[in-house]
Amino acid sequence: MSPAIGATLNRVDGRYKVRGESRYSAEVPVPNLAHAVVVNAKVASGRITSIDTSEAERATGVLAVLTHRNLGRVANVPRLLPSLAGLAAPGQTFFPMQDETVHYGGQPVAIVVADTIERADHAGTLIRFEYETTPATTLLDQARDRAYVPERIFGGLLPGQGSRGDVAKALAEAEVCVDATYRFAPNHHNPIEMSASTAIWDDVDRLTIYDSTQGPNAVQLTVAELLGLPPISIRVVSHAVGGSFGSKAMVWHHPTLAALAARHVGRPVRLVLTREQMFTSCGHREEQEQRITVGARADGRITALRHHKISLTSPFDDWAEPSLQSAAVAYLNPNYEGVYHLVRGNTITPTFMRAPGEATGMFALECAMDELAERVGIDPLELRMRNYSDTDPESGKPWSSSGLRECLQRAAELFGWHDRDPRPGSRREGQWLIGTGLASALYPVTQPVNPQRAKARIYNDGTAVVEAGVSEFGTGVFTAMTQVAADALGLPVERVRFVGGSSNLPNITAAVGSAGTSAVGSAVHVTACELRDQLIRRAVGDDHSPLHGADPARVEVRDGKMVLADHPDVGETYSDLLHRTMTPDVEVLGTWNPPPQDAGYGIHTFGAQMAEVAVDAELGVVRVRRMVGVFAPGRVLNRKLAHSQLMGGMLWGLGQALMEATRMDPRLGRWANASLADYLVPVNADAPDVVVDTVEMRDDVVNPIGIKGVGEIGVVGAAAAIANAVHHATGRRCYELPITLEKLL
Amino acid sequence: MRPISYSRVSDVGTAIGTVAADPHSAFLAGGTNQVDLLRIYVEQPRRLVDINDLPLKQVEELPGGGLRLGGLARMSDVAEHPTVRRRYPMVTESLLLGASPQLRHMASVAGNLMQRVRCTYFRDTEAPCNKRAPGTGCSAMEGVNRGHAVLGTSECCIATHPSDLGVALMALDAVVQTEGPAGQRSIPIDDFYLLPGRTPEREHPLTHGELVTGIDLPPLPVAARSRYIKIRDRESYEFALVAVAVAMSVAGGRIAEIRLALGGVATKPWRARAAERELDGAPATPESFTRAAEAEMAGATPHGMNAFKIELGKRTIVRALTEMAEREGSA
Repeated sequence: MSPAIGATLNRVDGRYKVRGESRYSAEVPVPNLAHAVVVNAKVASGRITSIDTSEAERATGVLAVLTHRNLGRVANVPRLLPSLAGLAAPGQTFFPMQDETVHYGGQPVAIVVADTIERADHAGTLIRFEYETTPATTLLDQARDRAYVPERIFGGLLPGQGSRGDVAKALAEAEVCVDATYRFAPNHHNPIEMSASTAIWDDVDRLTIYDSTQGPNAVQLTVAELLGLPPISIRVVSHAVGGSFGSKAMVWHHPTLAALAARHVGRPVRLVLTREQMFTSCGHREEQEQRITVGARADGRITALRHHKISLTSPFDDWAEPSLQSAAVAYLNPNYEGVYHLVRGNTITPTFMRAPGEATGMFALECAMDELAERVGIDPLELRMRNYSDTDPESGKPWSSSGLRECLQRAAELFGWHDRDPRPGSRREGQWLIGTGLASALYPVTQPVNPQRAKARIYNDGTAVVEAGVSEFGTGVFTAMTQVAADALGLPVERVRFVGGSSNLPNITAAVGSAGTSAVGSAVHVTACELRDQLIRRAVGDDHSPLHGADPARVEVRDGKMVLADHPDVGETYSDLLHRTMTPDVEVLGTWNPPPQDAGYGIHTFGAQMAEVAVDAELGVVRVRRMVGVFAPGRVLNRKLAHSQLMGGMLWGLGQALMEATRMDPRLGRWANASLADYLVPVNADAPDVVVDTVEMRDDVVNPIGIKGVGEIGVVGAAAAIANAVHHATGRRCYELPITLEKLL
Repeated sequence: MRPISYSRVSDVGTAIGTVAADPHSAFLAGGTNQVDLLRIYVEQPRRLVDINDLPLKQVEELPGGGLRLGGLARMSDVAEHPTVRRRYPMVTESLLLGASPQLRHMASVAGNLMQRVRCTYFRDTEAPCNKRAPGTGCSAMEGVNRGHAVLGTSECCIATHPSDLGVALMALDAVVQTEGPAGQRSIPIDDFYLLPGRTPEREHPLTHGELVTGIDLPPLPVAARSRYIKIRDRESYEFALVAVAVAMSVAGGRIAEIRLALGGVATKPWRARAAERELDGAPATPESFTRAAEAEMAGATPHGMNAFKIELGKRTIVRALTEMAEREGSA
């Protein structure tokens, strides 16, 4: 019986948000607060030869001007490791303002601290820098000849290449071959809330940082290592975060810079990145190109897949988003080769961005699949069915659960796929060419590597508080955790409160890679179950309890009352038990130990995307009319939240397909459209009719609550479905994202 | 933001006097563009004179059938004004297709005409830009210039004028009313916007302290049959790649009257006079429309990423004329 899980519960923080009462990291009231503004390098490569801070120092309200000369050295820059690992997780292994070298445009070169943010910002413009510049690489095309194959990518988590079978031979023997190269513009996250840190030193070894982050513990550990302090010296609090999409998944420089600035001026310091700085301070989805070669038999069955990616990374780190992961296992194919090629450029280290890797890798695969379907003359849906694999093609192990076929079938029903005339350009309504397209969606399920913890306490009035150090960055995790805890404890959700958002709470890994809810959810579930069981054990062991002597396994809890499963009239409430035994509360610290990643199953999330577009035949304007997404994310904790997450992901995919592109000016080494007026994301008027549905596949392998996550899978395949629909409408294949109208003129 | 002094005035004379007396001062109306530019140090006045209390918000009938839009009338109020809607639908459409509802509630129509270009290099104080820092060069010429102009450009500047309203006003031959230290003037809209030439920093003929007090729409029956179409990368809240303002009447299958202006493609709101010459008296047919579009874009100069605007411009002109002709035919 799961009365709360799966329900459409409104967000527990909803009313605070709509009333403007949620406290974001730049809004926490702090007495005697000073404001720091970061000044960024305007060149992409070179050396600072002189800095004149005198005018800035004299400006009204200025408390300090910090540069590499007086900031002080950081103790140790931790190694690059995705924050999912639960350890320190710097966004890059470079820390700025340690010497005079400039590695990328937008690199922090000074900090001004003043009594108001406007005065700090103005004083920043008064600092005079002189640079000796060196040639910069900011575009892939400038340095393809310097590409290399890294040993490992993605913070060391994944190998730089992989293969199985004999791909060259299989391709040579293939009856049909699709060979296509796809280009992707760089993308930026653009959450509504810019990253912000408020740093307060209560003593030389006692620091509190209010930070907008996906992982308070990751910030604590990273800043501790950078400052050379033990973790016990640092508390990181994150009450509310206004979106992230990966920009706050790793720990970038601003919390540490705020702490250093606060220590320097002896006052609490707030540092808020500007919108423009969000384009150079917390990573991005890198510029990249992917070449896919699919070999198949005449009946469409895939015999080989070669998938190469080349992308730009920083001077410091071998970062590539893992674009080859899901494409390698999406379909049955015995011969495979995947290789990452990297080019070092003058950029910050790229980072996670929503559906990291799969947003681009599955775009390439699913567009190539569409081309293959056309080539062999079978329906794109049938092609996917024909190539379905009921085991992980890489390991040969069974899927813990799949659902791909069910999702494709359900999407086809909801969309009306089966009436489709496959001929491109076959449907016209006035000036509009109408087309439809589909794509499969896959996203890997990554298990946290370290134990996940939570704490649960029940009071003698029968209310419970459950705590874990996860932050709420818009996903609704606090709401979902309230539901998980309520069900495990057998309490109505109104009597349970979930508290998160602080590194002082039991340790939870950063909520990244769609693993946030499963990590904290499993910990909460395990902990709340343990608390429930402890109370049941007390009851059955208590002479005065109606449950005395009962088998604990045959006691269950309904609405706060422990009862015999067979005789629900026999029992007592938690509250009765605790009052009678004069106990104020009972508390449990619980731990969920995640299974190893390779536990005898292939673990992936699956889904299907369909889109209908209208393309203006003369003007090239593309409008998405309808989208249908059906996903198998395991168990759905909260239907409403899951729907919002998946729909948001699909619209994210729409943006990726049609609008999102950061443009580099290689002469200046800077982004040329670092603002929300120039970097386009979809607005409400662009949003089509979106239908979201889920196919619930039971999964007992992945974690105790059977969930795979909904944060990323909604994005995957959406752009490919749109691009395939554009082809169906116009007969044109677009090999470059975004598909702006000039590509269709 | 640099230190700035601010005052609020309630009569036109004081407003003009205060600004005229200080060369480092500027009027502040809706502020939707100006405050943005202050924050990024592109505009650096030391004094702002807030004119929002001036009695310039009315939309009034003029003797002879025209309409005067007060300089401080908000975009949203003008767009929704019943007379504007009825007599000048292209004005309403151009306003409603611009910005967002929030911005339209704040922004004045005079401010809309005075808004600065969206060129990324104009807004980046570290980049060479002849408009912001005369003589430093034009970064857009060889840069990220997908949104830039193909008409009215010079070797000094290719920034597109961003106003939608200005395009409709150009088609209508509106007249800008000003008042300054030297008295009142009426400036035809075509003269109000200057081509960049060798002085891209000069965008209009106003003297320091001269205030746009109103915009006169002339009596123009054909304007009741007009429209504004805007092609852009997203459905709302985005500047035009190409926009067309058109007013047309057809008699006996021939074009009796035509007014055509373009946005998104030129350094000023662009009256398509070459196209108008082709169309005047011509049969209202696709051939005439294509010929007119070709004639207008013949003088266009591409600069790399924006080359597509020439073809897109032609097709959008043809689209606008075709739809007007169909409407005329069915009327």
